Amino acid sequence: MKTANKKVTAERLVRDALEKAEFFRDYNIFTFLNKTGAIQKAREIDAKIAKGEKVGRLAGVPYALKDNFLSPEGETTASAHILEGFTSPVTATVVEKLEAEGAIMIGRTNLDAFAHGSSTENSYYGPTLNAFDQERVAGGSSGGSAVAVALDIVEFATGTDTGGSIRQPASFNGVYGLKPTYGCNSRYGVVAMASSTDCIGFFTKTTEDMDLLMSVASGQDPKDMTTLPDFYNDTKPSKPRGRIGVIKDFDNELVNKEIRSALKKKCEALEKKGYEIVELEMPALKYALAAYYIIVPAEVASNLSRYDGVRYALRSDKSDDLDSLYENTRNEGFMPENKRRIMIGNFVLSSGFYDAYFLKAAKARTLIVKEYEKAFEKVDYILTPVSPSPAFKLGEKVNDPIAMYLEDVMSVSLNLAGVPGLAVPVGKTKSGLPIGLQLVGPRRSDKNLIKFAKELE
Amino acid sequence: MNIKREDILHLASLSNLSLSDEEVKSLGKDLQDIIKYISQLDELDTKDVEPTYQVFEMKNVWRDDEIVDQGVSREELLALSAESRDNQIEVPKVL
Repeated sequence: MKTANKKVTAERLVRDALEKAEFFRDYNIFTFLNKTGAIQKAREIDAKIAKGEKVGRLAGVPYALKDNFLSPEGETTASAHILEGFTSPVTATVVEKLEAEGAIMIGRTNLDAFAHGSSTENSYYGPTLNAFDQERVAGGSSGGSAVAVALDIVEFATGTDTGGSIRQPASFNGVYGLKPTYGCNSRYGVVAMASSTDCIGFFTKTTEDMDLLMSVASGQDPKDMTTLPDFYNDTKPSKPRGRIGVIKDFDNELVNKEIRSALKKKCEALEKKGYEIVELEMPALKYALAAYYIIVPAEVASNLSRYDGVRYALRSDKSDDLDSLYENTRNEGFMPENKRRIMIGNFVLSSGFYDAYFLKAAKARTLIVKEYEKAFEKVDYILTPVSPSPAFKLGEKVNDPIAMYLEDVMSVSLNLAGVPGLAVPVGKTKSGLPIGLQLVGPRRSDKNLIKFAKELE
Repeated sequence: MNIKREDILHLASLSNLSLSDEEVKSLGKDLQDIIKYISQLDELDTKDVEPTYQVFEMKNVWRDDEIVDQGVSREELLALSAESRDNQIEVPKVL
C-alpha cells in the first residue's frame, strides 16, 4: 500500500480519500467522515517526515473503521439507534496499534446494526450499496468496509467476523477479507456480539497488505484475556504438503453454478501446479448453521443486555419508572433483527429448553471442531465457496430471516471451530458480479494461509 | 413446537422489550420459523459427546493483582448518561 513520504504527503493521501468518500456518497458507505481529525493527523506525520524523523509502517495510510470499533473520533453507533449519540472515551486496542504505525482513520463504516445480518440492510442508517451493482447488497455485516476498499476510497478497512461478516462482503465486492484464528487480534474496545466467535480482521486489495496489517494487529492484550501470545509474527514459513481439501457436501445444486465452476477451475489450476485435491466428508458441517443460530443468539442476548438506556447513549423519554425505561429504550433502540436474536437467545437459554437447544448445539460444536481437526490431518488447506450465491438484490431477503441466515451456511463453521478463513477474489460472474472463494486453514496457520492465497492468483 | 402469543410475551419480558401488538405477531411468525430451523439439530447423534463452549486454547489467564487505570475519568463517564446529578446517574423511580 502507498505510505506517505516527502513527495506524496500524508495530507495528500488523506484528502484524496476524503474526496473519493464524498464522490461515492450514494453508496451510503460511511456513518461518519473524519475530516478535521484526519487532516490534522496527516499534518503531524508530514511534519515528522519533513524533519527526517522515523515514521511507522502505515504512515499516512487512510483507512476506514467499521462503526463497531470504539474510539473518541466520531460517534461509535454500531449502526444502531440505541447507540446514537455515543462518543467513546476509550479506544480499541487494534485502533491504537494501527494508529501507532501511522494509519489515519478517514471514516466510520456502515454495518448491520450490532453486526446482526448478512447484507448491511439491517442498519439504522439504511443499506450500503454493492460496489459493482447499485441494485444489489454490499453483503454484511461489514458491508461499508468492504465497499470502501472495493471502490478504492481507502487502502484497507477493519471488520468483525462472527459468522462470515468479513468474508461474505469481501466476496460480494471482490476484495480480500480475513477472519483470523480466534484470539489472534484483541477484541478490546469492539462492540461485542458473540464473545466465543467474534474475530477482528481486515479488508485489503492484496495479500501483502493483509500480511502487513496482521503483523501490526496481532498479539496478546492484557485488556482482552482471550488473546493468544503473538504467534503470527513468530510463524515459520511452512512448505505445504501439497494437499488441498474440498468439502463434498458443499458441492450441490443450492450453490450458484458460476461459483461451483469457479471453484472447479481453481482446483484444476492447483492440480496443474502439482497439488492433490482431496474430497472431504464432513457430515457435521450440515448442522453448523443450526448450532450457530443457537449459540450466537444466546451470547447476543447476554451481551446486548447491557444496553438499557441508563449509563450511555439513547434513553427513551416515555418512561415513568425504571422497568419501563429499560423496555421502552430497548424497543425503540433495537432493529427487528436485534430483537429476533435477543429473543431466540433467551428462548434457547430458558429453563425447559436449555438442554434441547443450547447444550445440544454446544455438543454439535464439539463434532464440528473435531471434523476440522481430522480434515487438517489429511490436507494443508480447504477451499470452499464463501456463500451460496453472489451479491443478491436489495430487499430480496430482508424480510425472510431464514433465507438471510442461509447466506452464512458455508462460513459459520469456521467461527464455531476457531479456525482462520480468507476470502479470496477469483473472478466475476457473466453479469459482472465478483466471486470469492474461502481458503480455510488450521488454527494458527494465518500467516501461511495468506501466503498460500498467492497460489490462487 | 408451536409458539403461542403468551410465549412471545414471556420472551419479550425476559428480553426487556415492550413490543407493539404488530411486533408480537411478526416476531411470533419469525421465531416459529427460526425454531423450526434450529430444531433440525435433533437429527444429530450427540450421545457421549462433551459440549464445547469456547475455542480459546488457554486456561486460567490471570492478570497481576494491581489497580489498573482505564484512562477515563468519572466526569467523562457521567457525561455519557442522559441524566446525572451530584456525581450520580439519575433514573426514574425504581419502586
